[in-house]
Amino acid sequence: MLDVLTLVTGVAALLLAAWCGWAAYRDQPTKDWHFIGMAVVTLLALVQLVVGIVQLARGEKPEQGTTIFVAYLVGSLACVPAAAFMSLAERTRWGSVTVAASGVVLAVLEVRLYDIWGG
Amino acid sequence: MTSGEAEVPAKRLTGGPGLLLVWLYGVMVVGAVSRSAYQIATEFDRAPLAYSLSALAGVVYGFITYTLVRGGETARRAALVCCAAELAGVLTVGTWTLVDPSAFPDATVWSDYGMGYLFIPVLLPVSAIYWLRRARDRQTA
Repeated sequence: MLDVLTLVTGVAALLLAAWCGWAAYRDQPTKDWHFIGMAVVTLLALVQLVVGIVQLARGEKPEQGTTIFVAYLVGSLACVPAAAFMSLAERTRWGSVTVAASGVVLAVLEVRLYDIWGG
Repeated sequence: MTSGEAEVPAKRLTGGPGLLLVWLYGVMVVGAVSRSAYQIATEFDRAPLAYSLSALAGVVYGFITYTLVRGGETARRAALVCCAAELAGVLTVGTWTLVDPSAFPDATVWSDYGMGYLFIPVLLPVSAIYWLRRARDRQTA
């Protein structure tokens, strides 16, 4: 369950990065549709956080330690929204670049999460 | 702050590419600080040098983020100095980890020039220095 979510969130994050990268390439700021995309990715990260905590509550142990696991789950959740709020204030292509960067960072976090959980 | 601020919008350091820099520095602050805090709290004896260097990196990143957000000429200069220190740190620690790996039983944020962090630690100060210098040029122009 968690592995599937990790994969889906990672892929969604990369898609978001590509989408916002495309907007930046065309010299456009983030628009409503992009924010819906960010919301979807954030929702996935939130579901992942909840599922991860449920797994922990059931007594399953992440391979590399619970603290690191939870820290990465929280970091994954905060990653895209933080960039989203910043792009709200920056109505140029650079807002799009920042959101695209957050998508890439989230994808990296997902890879790390996969390792930490122990795949 | 200063009365001339409205006429010199370039003193804002978070506009345009600066936004991306602030975001990436923010990521590095969270990464370096949380990592070193965890490692120092749980297993400091294993690699004291590596973990202390990570903590130092976190502090430097935090200060640069603060100066970028704050803006203004003084902050710009302070950020420039810190970015240079950061670059020197990445290059020194990066080389050090390659030449003498035995000094580092565990990785730091700056190990192997920040390879574990997609080389962001070495790319970030370079682009930040470029951005901060350009911010001054725009002000004087």
